[in-house]
Amino acid sequence: MKALRKYLDKIKPNFQEGGKFSKLKSTFGAFESFFFVPDKVTTKGAHIRDNMDMKRNMTAVIIALLPALFFGMWNTGSFHYQSLGENPGFWSEFFYGLGQVFPIIVVSYVSGLFLEFLFAQIRKEEVNEGFLVTGLLIPMIVPVDVPLWMVAVATMFAVLIGKEVFGGTGMNIVNPALLARAFLFFAYPSKMSGDKVWIAGMGDPETKIVDGFSGATPLADLANTGSTHYSIADQFFGFIPGAIGETSTLCILIGAVILIWTGVASWKIMISGVAGLLLTGLLINAVGSSYDISSLKDASEIARVNYLNTPFWQHLILGGFAFGIVFMATDPVTAAQTETGKWIYGFLIGAMVLLVRVINPAFPEGVMLAILFGNICAPLIDHIIIRQNIKRRLKRAKTN
Amino acid sequence: MAQTKKSELLTNPINLNNPITVQVLGICSALAVTVKLEPAIVMAISVTVVTALANLIISLIRNTIPSRIRIIVQLVVVSFLVILVDQVLKAFMYDLDKALSVYVGLIITNCIVMGRLEAFALGNKPFPALLDGIGSGAGYGVILIVVAFIREFFGSGTLFDHQILPDSIYIENGGFYSNCGFMLNPPMALILIGIVIWIQRAKVKELQEK
Repeated sequence: MKALRKYLDKIKPNFQEGGKFSKLKSTFGAFESFFFVPDKVTTKGAHIRDNMDMKRNMTAVIIALLPALFFGMWNTGSFHYQSLGENPGFWSEFFYGLGQVFPIIVVSYVSGLFLEFLFAQIRKEEVNEGFLVTGLLIPMIVPVDVPLWMVAVATMFAVLIGKEVFGGTGMNIVNPALLARAFLFFAYPSKMSGDKVWIAGMGDPETKIVDGFSGATPLADLANTGSTHYSIADQFFGFIPGAIGETSTLCILIGAVILIWTGVASWKIMISGVAGLLLTGLLINAVGSSYDISSLKDASEIARVNYLNTPFWQHLILGGFAFGIVFMATDPVTAAQTETGKWIYGFLIGAMVLLVRVINPAFPEGVMLAILFGNICAPLIDHIIIRQNIKRRLKRAKTN
Repeated sequence: MAQTKKSELLTNPINLNNPITVQVLGICSALAVTVKLEPAIVMAISVTVVTALANLIISLIRNTIPSRIRIIVQLVVVSFLVILVDQVLKAFMYDLDKALSVYVGLIITNCIVMGRLEAFALGNKPFPALLDGIGSGAGYGVILIVVAFIREFFGSGTLFDHQILPDSIYIENGGFYSNCGFMLNPPMALILIGIVIWIQRAKVKELQEK
């Protein structure tokens, strides 16, 4: 580390005003603050004792993501070997998964950071750490078999349209990682949904899949037949096919604890999101029991009734709900800012997840659309809450 | 209004005063007909013809139109021209006319046509009005063609319905490529127009707001 510091100090003058590479000033600044905490100290006035800056925030989120990420790697390998009918043991499964997931992470970081650095350079701003979390979230919400160039295209689209257009980190309206997934979902549906994309290597016609093995997620099973062969414990611990980071509700809960403990994410959003999902689920179950499934012919009708009759609490551990509500909905930039607003915002997302999932089974992954919808509504929610507050205080001022 | 040069009447709407990117008119049809290049070009030509001729006719009779009923008179002229265009398309390019469906008829309500009639033709001589109509139609057409080119190339891999990208690169045939289905959806057209506006504002100093 000392040698690195010395080297950075040596080349620093080149990047200052008038130096050889002064145009690359923000690139240099990014690397310097990535390796070392900025040493800027204010000369007078208040000194901040605890330096809770964006870098530390982002680090907390990344640490919270790691359990789900590592589990996802192992799960990827595990399902790959299950589909081949082999059982090579824990470590080879993990390393196979690592080999599959790591390239996606690299592509996501490289393509996103390239644009971030480019824009910082053009606008003569500092490169900030905003992309570090987005770049890790994107690989965790895509199917493992997604082609790498698609990840690159989607990441660049999300950074450009979701973030830089609005002025960079902290200005975005919607969550860039979810925007990347939405782009993939609508642009390349054949690689983002179906029964084959969730297992590494299953899309390749030359792989010999064991007879009777199905790569369908429990969510797809439920839509088609009303039941799934994965047990509730499997669904909770994450031994199910799905996007890389979303399967294990347990690992996501560990992440949630870290996020709440460090104060990065709002527990209000998580709690109200779960409440929204459960209450809507109860309502939907009540409606669902009145349908007679044997009289239905149309596949999407059957799927809808099957979802209507899925126990309401099971939606908590199915699909990407846990991941979405813990890591995506709580993004401090795109969530509602007011404290009351957070309750409404979370509830709206939870309710919307079930509505999209159940009413339109063509989008079983309602979580993505629900959170994007919540993001769009967040400024409006805040606006209403603030207006209400002003009104209340005006009233109080008048009576006194 | 200061007297503008005749050549500027033609060129201004293409860049500085573009109907779509600067005046933000005619967006709805720009989203709807730009999935493929061919209908976009036909639409661009139709709108240019209608705008130019309507401008000319209204300018010729501008002194005799009572101002209280001018909108009705404009509508009569425009709908006459649009029906004419529609009939020509039906007679000579029936398939394309079906592809454009209601959007040819909707030229009547296209904001660009009415906008130019109100803003220019009612107060100017016939020849400048004709030039202004052609210019506005061309400005609309340029954006349509740019957007349609991008959408057809990346969304279908074709241009004018001819396959441009070789079949062998597609995933189904053992390659790696796949068409971007999002390009075929109207939201992408909106985003593309937004990007065109962005690039234009970055390049043209006169358009930048302080």
